[in-house]
Amino acid sequence: MEYNNYMKIEFDSKSQNEAFARVVVASFASQLDPTIEEITDIKTAVSEAVTNSIIHGYESSTGLVTVTCKINGNKLEIIIEDEGQGIDNVEEAMQPLFTSKPQLERSGMGFTVMETFMDEIEVYSELKKGTTIRMVKKFKSLNVE
Amino acid sequence: MQLQYEMVDHTLIVKFDGELDHHSAENIRTELDDVISQRRVKNLIFDLNEMRFMDSSGIGVIIGRYKNISKLGGKVSVIHVTDSIDKIFNLAGLYNIISKHNNKSEALNCM
Repeated sequence: MEYNNYMKIEFDSKSQNEAFARVVVASFASQLDPTIEEITDIKTAVSEAVTNSIIHGYESSTGLVTVTCKINGNKLEIIIEDEGQGIDNVEEAMQPLFTSKPQLERSGMGFTVMETFMDEIEVYSELKKGTTIRMVKKFKSLNVE
Repeated sequence: MQLQYEMVDHTLIVKFDGELDHHSAENIRTELDDVISQRRVKNLIFDLNEMRFMDSSGIGVIIGRYKNISKLGGKVSVIHVTDSIDKIFNLAGLYNIISKHNNKSEALNCM
């Protein structure tokens, strides 16, 4: 996708970086003059995707998570990638309440939250290679120009 | 994330102050379960007025506590729910098992 602005961050798959990732993306998105609701939506979606990479992608090992953002007009594209174990069945993983880790009190709502809070979501995953989540949010505030 | 507690009869009111994600969930879970067993809590009210961020990890924390409390015949409710958290609770169907109230006194009346 063509873009007017771009940024990329890479960090260890440690849970303290979940807050770091969502705050960085929210700061980058602030140039789109978002509403508070739009900012909360993207922070929540990023938090879900990064948490998935940490818990499911890398499990007990540590690897790298990459977050790339591109702005094109009033659209923000967010790509979250890991090189972890991948998802066996993406369709099943995206079902509401499906979780492979009920013992960790995971609710199985991560993908449902991402789908609801963002305008587009695509998931690519390959076993033992990793998972890429691409999400797009359209910001309404710039439409009025 | 800081937790503040208030006990009214057998109902524990837990006030969340901060962000609830996967990172903070583990400590919160341990701390809450300790307090619930030590103080012989029957019912639980989560006050979300100062909750500045919550993702689906929060649903896991709340449903987990609900399971323990309901086993012993208690009730769980949430108060001061912000719009964004309300959206997540609705998605998860949380209001099928716990009730939402505007404030503490309303919630206590329904216990």
